[in-house]
Amino acid sequence: MASRRPLRWHIAVFLAPALLIYSALMIIPLFGTLTESLMNVTEAGERVFVGLGNFATLFGDALWSDAFWNALGNNTWFFVIHMLVQNPIGILLAAILSTPRLRMAAFYRTAIFIPTVLSFVIVGFVWKLILSPIWGIAPGMLDFIGLKSLFAPWLGKEQYALTTLALISVWQFIGIPMMLIYAALLSIPDEVIEAAEMDGITGASQFWKIKLPLILPSIGIISILTFVGNFNAFDLIYVAQGALAGPDYATDILGTFLYRTFFGFQLQLGDPHMGATIATAMFFIILTGVCVYLFLIQTRLRRYQF
Amino acid sequence: MQARQNLGRTIAAHAVLITWTLVALFPVFVIVVNSFKSRKAIFADPLSLPLPSNFDMVGYTTVMHQGDFFQYFLNSMIVTVGSLFCVLLFGAMAAFALSEYRFKGNTLMGLYLALGIMIPIRLGTVAILQMMVATGLVNTRTALVLVYSAQGLPLAVFILSEFMRTVSDDLKNAGRIDGLSEYTIFFRLVLPLVRPAMATVAVFTMIPIWNDLWFPLILAPGEEVKTITLGSQVFIGQFVTDWNAVLAALSLAILPVLVLYLLFSRQLIRGITAGAVK
Repeated sequence: MASRRPLRWHIAVFLAPALLIYSALMIIPLFGTLTESLMNVTEAGERVFVGLGNFATLFGDALWSDAFWNALGNNTWFFVIHMLVQNPIGILLAAILSTPRLRMAAFYRTAIFIPTVLSFVIVGFVWKLILSPIWGIAPGMLDFIGLKSLFAPWLGKEQYALTTLALISVWQFIGIPMMLIYAALLSIPDEVIEAAEMDGITGASQFWKIKLPLILPSIGIISILTFVGNFNAFDLIYVAQGALAGPDYATDILGTFLYRTFFGFQLQLGDPHMGATIATAMFFIILTGVCVYLFLIQTRLRRYQF
Repeated sequence: MQARQNLGRTIAAHAVLITWTLVALFPVFVIVVNSFKSRKAIFADPLSLPLPSNFDMVGYTTVMHQGDFFQYFLNSMIVTVGSLFCVLLFGAMAAFALSEYRFKGNTLMGLYLALGIMIPIRLGTVAILQMMVATGLVNTRTALVLVYSAQGLPLAVFILSEFMRTVSDDLKNAGRIDGLSEYTIFFRLVLPLVRPAMATVAVFTMIPIWNDLWFPLILAPGEEVKTITLGSQVFIGQFVTDWNAVLAALSLAILPVLVLYLLFSRQLIRGITAGAVK
């Protein structure tokens, strides 16, 4: 390696377009947003550096902080429902699907994944119509099984609306954990399963004792994907409840709060600086989640090499 | 005894799967079925199939006359195909550079590009909008194509570079000995070999772009550049009380996605089961 290698221009040519687009539209705006959160405009219209002033407003001013904590709390509940309902059901479906010699497995797989490819607009309106007391599909069906008294306009009641929306989102995205876990289960080598069967471990106990420990890394991945997806969610709530995330902000999550603040709604004017502040807060929330996953969870999960 | 237990388990397995399949398909079924019925029948008997007695296409006629759905559809196509082209071409080029050559900063570059997999591009919206206003790209399809390309690139580079590592070195070196340039090696030898991976990346990239509401709402809300997702959202919002029109618009919005999905589902599922979990 004594002689200098010639400059390899082709490497730069290969990398340049992707790097340019990615940096210009993702990294630079992200940092732009972070800096914007440290700026504000004076009454004279001058743009000035205010340090953490915007954050002081966001967390200190009761008007802002109430809305923020409400959105964060709702968002956390939204996430909890996904973790408690979506992922366990997804794992269950995947476990059943991966049973050897199951007939029609491909059909089930394809059908269960359909809601995931539909857009939020479709999903939001479809469920809004089905749950609507005017149309009467939901009350009619409850009546059929004799539970009509349980019906309530779920999307319109403060105490149910958020949970209902979270369950709709679960309905839509259950295909993703199902597929990822299904893939992980298929990648367990047959010898491991055969050895377990030799030792008399079959059925449910085989799942709990052999398979579950082996798919823990995939469960970690779906958890962090769920986390990032949920704390970045916006569309479903916007479509079903509008930017005001009604009733009375009961379904307001960080995404809709950011949209309202940044863009304004009805009489309130949009505020890019407070918008950037909320986006920055979201950035740190997501970053914390990702770091917890990368440094605390992922490193402790034992990976098995076959 | 053993056989009976197995039979019972199989029946239970099918019961669970059929239940969830019904849960997954029922809402879509209800919407499509009712879009072909008269207003009266929609309310009187929402679960029945459209019969000759209550068959009515009035919803579809309203949609055709009111919304400019063809234009919306075209916009979505342009934006999706344009972004896909950028993501696949530029993503594959970058993936090739990262997986093929050893150079200073290779790992760092990979990490830099991987950052975008975890951090959502939406968080930069404030600055993206300012930039688009400054460059005059607001209300253009170009703005959307650029944003979606940036959004899709990280995952594309990540998946494609995994696949490119598996392309045999002998093949590329044989090409070099024959005097092929690095560009020819990439376009003629490597790209055709990673075509299956490209298809997977294409499906993964396409679905969120086609379905996105956030960026069309913020960057391109103008009538002539509206995507179908935003278009149907606005249309349905205006026609809330016209149930026929709403149901017809929803059915029309479901159709293209469903057809695309059924065409590509095998590719998508193979992609998830092969590349995603390793």
